[in-house]
Amino acid sequence: MRRILAALLLLAFAALGLFWFVTRPTPLPADALDGLTPNLANGEQVFWAAGCAACHADAAAKGEAKLVLKGGQRFPSPFGTFVAPNISNDPAAGIGGWSALDLANAMLRGISPRGAHYYPVFPYASYTKASLQDVVDLRAFLATLPADATPSAAHEVGFPFNIRLSLGAWKFLYLDPAWVVTGDLTPEEERGRYLAEALGHCGECHTPRGALGGMERARWLAGGPVPGGKGNFPNITPAKLTWSEPDIVEYLTSGFTPDYDSAGGHMALVVENTAHLPESDRAAIAAYLKRVPPAQ
Amino acid sequence: MRKTLIAIAAAALVAAPALSENISDPEEILTARHGYMLLLANQLAPLGAMAKGEMPYDAATAARAAASLAALASVDTSMLWAPGTEEGAIEDSSALPEILSNTADREARFAELTTASHTLSAAAGTDLEGLKAAMGAVGQACGGCHKQYRKSE
Ligand code: HEC
Ligand code: HEC
Ligand code: HEC
Repeated sequence: MRRILAALLLLAFAALGLFWFVTRPTPLPADALDGLTPNLANGEQVFWAAGCAACHADAAAKGEAKLVLKGGQRFPSPFGTFVAPNISNDPAAGIGGWSALDLANAMLRGISPRGAHYYPVFPYASYTKASLQDVVDLRAFLATLPADATPSAAHEVGFPFNIRLSLGAWKFLYLDPAWVVTGDLTPEEERGRYLAEALGHCGECHTPRGALGGMERARWLAGGPVPGGKGNFPNITPAKLTWSEPDIVEYLTSGFTPDYDSAGGHMALVVENTAHLPESDRAAIAAYLKRVPPAQ
Repeated sequence: MRKTLIAIAAAALVAAPALSENISDPEEILTARHGYMLLLANQLAPLGAMAKGEMPYDAATAARAAASLAALASVDTSMLWAPGTEEGAIEDSSALPEILSNTADREARFAELTTASHTLSAAAGTDLEGLKAAMGAVGQACGGCHKQYRKSE
């Protein structure tokens, strides 16, 4: 009997160890960014393509105020309410002291400089597909933005979701750097896929989520209810989105629908970002959307 | 003559309440407001079609539409935001109550739309690239107000 208990205990420890091992925060190797030199102009494009300001600036901010990344926007979810932190250039309140590698670990691995897991409301499940060169360029661009001393607010999240360690399991299940749309893509469609699946994180809103909050890749961009809120994110696969490519480009440029009504809700914030991209990039996103498998 | 005058005055007296009733009826105001918004959208149709390449670029048509948009944007719309026409108070309204009360900000937003439309009007008559570039600011002016003051489903 004692023997069996001891064996069971051992097994339990081994399982725990294995659990810790597969879910432990694994940062990028220290030399991951060696040899990459920053390109500031591309960094600005990455900033707009990735929509950092949509969450980290004030939601009502316009013009220059969009570049003050002082945080404070609230994101309700079934697990509690998250608050966007200050990522301005302030060394104490923001991320002024961060290296490019720190930012790469945050965006690609969802890990803080001190090795803690971030919550996936920070869309690293998409940014994990970003190129290291783009992150290096973005780091350089963020360093040119204003510093703001507003302290970050705490998340309002209850047990057990307030235990960041448990996020390791989530990441193990859902952090997948593989492309969703595969097959024979033209260079334009590939560029669109990079912009939509990685930087633009379209799937974070438009793809339905499972019970644990992971994106259902089999129903990519098929829409679904707004988590913790009211209303629905529309299905933007060819099954429902019948707009022409020029219609989509216009929508991502000015926010006008084919009826000349405007994009509403969170999509208005997305358009404020895509409006800054070169037209060729918006056309690439439109071309990509036409290649997404139709899903109901 | 006097008889005619009296008849006209009487007719006016009868007609006046009917008229003011119409323009102060929340249902009618809501209809007018939706009509006004659709009129804005209508002006954008030829501009958008040219930007998308669905219609050949024509400087005169583009300039006319953009100038109409600018004119509409500078019209006094204060009567369209009367109390009793906000979302919740009347069916089919999605105007948040704040747009009725924040008069200064509402007017600032229409001023922004007027400026953006004037820029579009100047650019639209020049060339297609100018037209495309100027559409963004108009979209931001329309969308910015909708984002702030219109209830989204
Ligand atoms: C959908 C909203 C959203 C978008 C878009 C977004 N973030 Fe965040 N971000 C968050 C939230 C919420 C957190 C807090 C996560 C946590 O505490 O676990 C966060 C955390 C961070 C952190 C960690 C800050 C710290 O103090 O540890 C950094 C750095 C960051 N984001 C940078 C960015 C950058 C750069 C972009 C654009 C490439 C971006 N974010 C886009 C919502 C967002
Ligand atoms: C923060 C959430 C969010 C993100 C991220 C997002 N969208 Fe949206 N999107 C929405 C919402 C909400 C709507 C509905 C807008 C409305 O009701 O006016 C929408 C609407 C749309 C529509 C119009 C669909 C229709 O039938 O009216 C298109 C096209 C679209 N999004 C494309 C994209 C693309 C491409 C991306 C990535 C670059 C993206 N969205 C990222 C929330 C989002
Ligand atoms: C100052 C604020 C403001 C500006 C600027 C504005 N709108 Fe609106 N718009 C609204 C509000 C508020 C509603 C909701 C009205 C309602 O339901 O009563 C609305 C509704 C609409 C509708 C739906 C009408 C309906 O029948 O339900 C359309 C279409 C529209 N706007 C188009 C536009 C276009 C195009 C522009 C720019 C050229 C524009 N709007 C500029 C505030 C604005």
